[in-house]
Amino acid sequence: MTAQTKSHEPAITPDLVAQHGLKPDEYQRILKLIGREPTFTELGIFSAMWNEHCSYKSSRLHLKKLPTSAPWVIQGPGENAGIIDIGDGLACAFKMESHNHPSYIEPYQGATTGVGGILRDVFTMGARPIACLNLLRFGSVDHPLTRHLVSGVVAGIGGYGNSFGVPTVGGSTAFHSSYDGNILVNAMAVGLVRTDEIFYAAATGVGRPIVYLGSKTGRDGIHGATMASAEFDEKSEEKRPTVQVGDPFSEKLLLEACLEIMAKGCVVAIQDMGAAGLTSSAVEMGAKGNLGIELDLDKVPCREPGMSAYEMMLSESQERMLMVLDPEKEEEAEAIFRKWGLDFAVIGKTTDTLRFVVKHGGEIKADLPIKQLGDEAPLYDRPSVPTPKPQKLDSAALAAPLPIDAALKKLVATPDLASKRWIWEQYDHLILGNSIQGPGGDAAVVRVENGPKGLALTADVTPRYCFADPVEGGKQAVAEAWRNITAVGGRPLALTDNLNFGNPEKPEIMGQFVACLQGIGEACRALDFPIVSGNVSLYNETQGKGILPTPSIGGVGLVADVTKSAGLAFRAPGEKILLVGETEGWLGQSIYLREILGREEGAPPPVDLAKEKAHGDFVRALIVGGFVSAAHDVSDGGLAVALAEMAMARGVGAKVAAPGADIAAVWFGEDQGRYLLAAPVGRADEILALAAKAGVPVAVIGETGGDVLALGGASPMLVRELLEAHENWMPAYMAGGKTA
Amino acid sequence: MKAAIVLFPGSNREGDAARALRQAGAETSIVWHADHDLPTGTDLVVLPGGFSYGDYLRCGAIAGRAHIMDAVRSHAARGGLVLGICNGFQILCESGLLPGVLMRNRDLRFVCKRQHLRVERNDTAFTRAYALHQAIDVAIAHGEGNYEAHDETIARLEGEGRVAFRYCDASGKVGGAANPNGSTNDIAGIYSEKFNVLGMMPHPENLIDPLVGGIDGRGLFESLLRAA
Repeated sequence: MTAQTKSHEPAITPDLVAQHGLKPDEYQRILKLIGREPTFTELGIFSAMWNEHCSYKSSRLHLKKLPTSAPWVIQGPGENAGIIDIGDGLACAFKMESHNHPSYIEPYQGATTGVGGILRDVFTMGARPIACLNLLRFGSVDHPLTRHLVSGVVAGIGGYGNSFGVPTVGGSTAFHSSYDGNILVNAMAVGLVRTDEIFYAAATGVGRPIVYLGSKTGRDGIHGATMASAEFDEKSEEKRPTVQVGDPFSEKLLLEACLEIMAKGCVVAIQDMGAAGLTSSAVEMGAKGNLGIELDLDKVPCREPGMSAYEMMLSESQERMLMVLDPEKEEEAEAIFRKWGLDFAVIGKTTDTLRFVVKHGGEIKADLPIKQLGDEAPLYDRPSVPTPKPQKLDSAALAAPLPIDAALKKLVATPDLASKRWIWEQYDHLILGNSIQGPGGDAAVVRVENGPKGLALTADVTPRYCFADPVEGGKQAVAEAWRNITAVGGRPLALTDNLNFGNPEKPEIMGQFVACLQGIGEACRALDFPIVSGNVSLYNETQGKGILPTPSIGGVGLVADVTKSAGLAFRAPGEKILLVGETEGWLGQSIYLREILGREEGAPPPVDLAKEKAHGDFVRALIVGGFVSAAHDVSDGGLAVALAEMAMARGVGAKVAAPGADIAAVWFGEDQGRYLLAAPVGRADEILALAAKAGVPVAVIGETGGDVLALGGASPMLVRELLEAHENWMPAYMAGGKTA
Repeated sequence: MKAAIVLFPGSNREGDAARALRQAGAETSIVWHADHDLPTGTDLVVLPGGFSYGDYLRCGAIAGRAHIMDAVRSHAARGGLVLGICNGFQILCESGLLPGVLMRNRDLRFVCKRQHLRVERNDTAFTRAYALHQAIDVAIAHGEGNYEAHDETIARLEGEGRVAFRYCDASGKVGGAANPNGSTNDIAGIYSEKFNVLGMMPHPENLIDPLVGGIDGRGLFESLLRAA
């Protein structure tokens, strides 16, 4: 008996196929694969499996080229999360994922379900989440929707993480008009698991029960992944019903119940129901385990009566899991789920047929070859054109409309550099009591259990560099994450990437994608910083306007002893300030150029990966060796902004001489591979001697103390006044006041 | 001292509370909300922070009616110590063990930050280790911490000296910008009539470690240990 579309279901027409996001040639591929017309349910399944979001059809070819292994990598890309060994029998599971499209349509729910989805990815592997981060990009602060989106997204991220009970310890938020119609919400979760207690998605054993766990299935989120694989247009508002609704309470219960049955040895395989819900989770479990799967949808716990097979297979209701259980432990597992008040239903079994069979109401609604559903998904080598290499700007020759002090005062209060306290105070960043360094620093440091170890965590990217020169921008994104971890004294171990780009069917967008990945790959290899998990989000376009290429990088590093990590604050007066790295004064694509001169142009600062590594390794050794009292990497806004951040953190001023000409290019240039350090006088001499021996350029450029920041010949600025400007921008903006 | 920490579905700071109590020298156990009895010999019941039942309906409303709350009420009636932190405070208000209600924060946003509290009296089982009017640096993390009650209830709480902590700045100055949520009279925590039940919004359990912000929260747990 084969599956057939019933008379009450829509007939398969070219229009219906197109509505499912499948191109005519992709439909031909389906016909060839199964040798007949698909049923309505099968068409839905193909659409769910073969959309960009689930199949990576435009990106797979290029993702393969990225480095994903290292001796400490336990699990690379392809599972729910990547896993790295952090010693002492412990491992860290982590991943970043986007929820861009839903968050634009319905910011609160879009963001909550983004956080919920990534947390589920982590605890599906048996890891208890210990920290969340996020990378947010909003449209211009002048765009009429921006406040609404910021407010909803931030409340949503907090609403989910706070209730779930995981600290949100860091992230990055910035604004640019290219995100006006396509904001980015990238959420990252990090968990801990014992190396011998990791769980995987691959099913094993024939005839084993497949169990549905968690919340009931409703009609929400149907075709969510398909929506996430299309450009936006003026009708996108109508897609609001495809956004799922998050329930952090259920997820918290699901976490506790899952970890409890895992500890009891009940679980053979486990997969969360994320994008494309039941379809994707069941197919993955079967395909990865070389087994067939048979589902009986009559057993699926539903929120409302009368749901069709099509709806159940495509629902993206949240907080659901699929497991293959040890049949002997079914009762024990069920009791645990009942205790937590969660649904538990055996809805199918594993088979040896390699078929994906879906039954409902006594009929076979789908009968498809399970391996081919994933393996035979279209794969595109999309045409790409490289981004033209931009000209290097003559930075020293640029006009300086403002004195250094006035420019700095303005920069610390611009949207991208202003304090994001308004945001992170809405996130519980203190729960679990292990946040050694929370939001606002280079990287967060979260203690592992009772220490002394900790994890250094960061999420970063500089999209304007990626737009101007995708190769250099890709390198820089990785280098920046690596540097953030290094600046707190961590050893960077691995990263997760969230590749947000425009429409890959446009050769120039595909060119950005390919080149960014080239840069990312080069940097990962040079810095021994492999990619263990990730997500691709394409079609971030509205009415043909694409976002800046934004390959978000979430980095994880190991701090061997959290008592020896460094923060960015100047701590005491009379200490020497040292600059590591070379300053040419590179203003191309800098924040200064954009905010003070109103120009977004030129080549971005190049990243010399060999120097990057040498400088970072040197700085890390100093931090771990207890030589420095503060460390900070120099990035957006250059030296002057980095110094201001170090001064504002604890209200300790500084007097600094320009490392070169006393001009804007030197103070605000964004030359890469640089760090600022503070150290007691005696230590500073030792550092200079060590630097000379290591061949790393280090110079003493100033001294801490007082309540003003004095840069070269510029008028000294009261640190208190800088701080006020820095802190006030965002609350004032959100209250509807000044926008810049 | 034997401390029983009640676990409701959605509690999430039970581990933080247990850590602080153990550091102070207490023996801790976790009690499931659906149980009817507290462990024998329980000196202190802790209702930890979190989002019991998702804070759906009203914060603490469902948990306040859980089976275990009968045992907690009996324990309190016998003079046993009860500490409710954050969601625990909300549950105490909903269960009738403390008066008043925690409304949404004044600016309608969840707020997590370090916060100073003034210790209003240091002669209770919860505060002996502090100095009178000491400004302690702890943390807050809540969306509904705005304490409200009828005027007569507030007058009674004030008259009986039952305000445990008030929001203040680092110098101990109460109120104004130091009030993070609009709470009446800057109230951060209150006692029961017999001073054996304390409900408070802030989290002393997150300030017990010099590496994680400071140790001003320890005094509360050390006081409890002395009391037992």
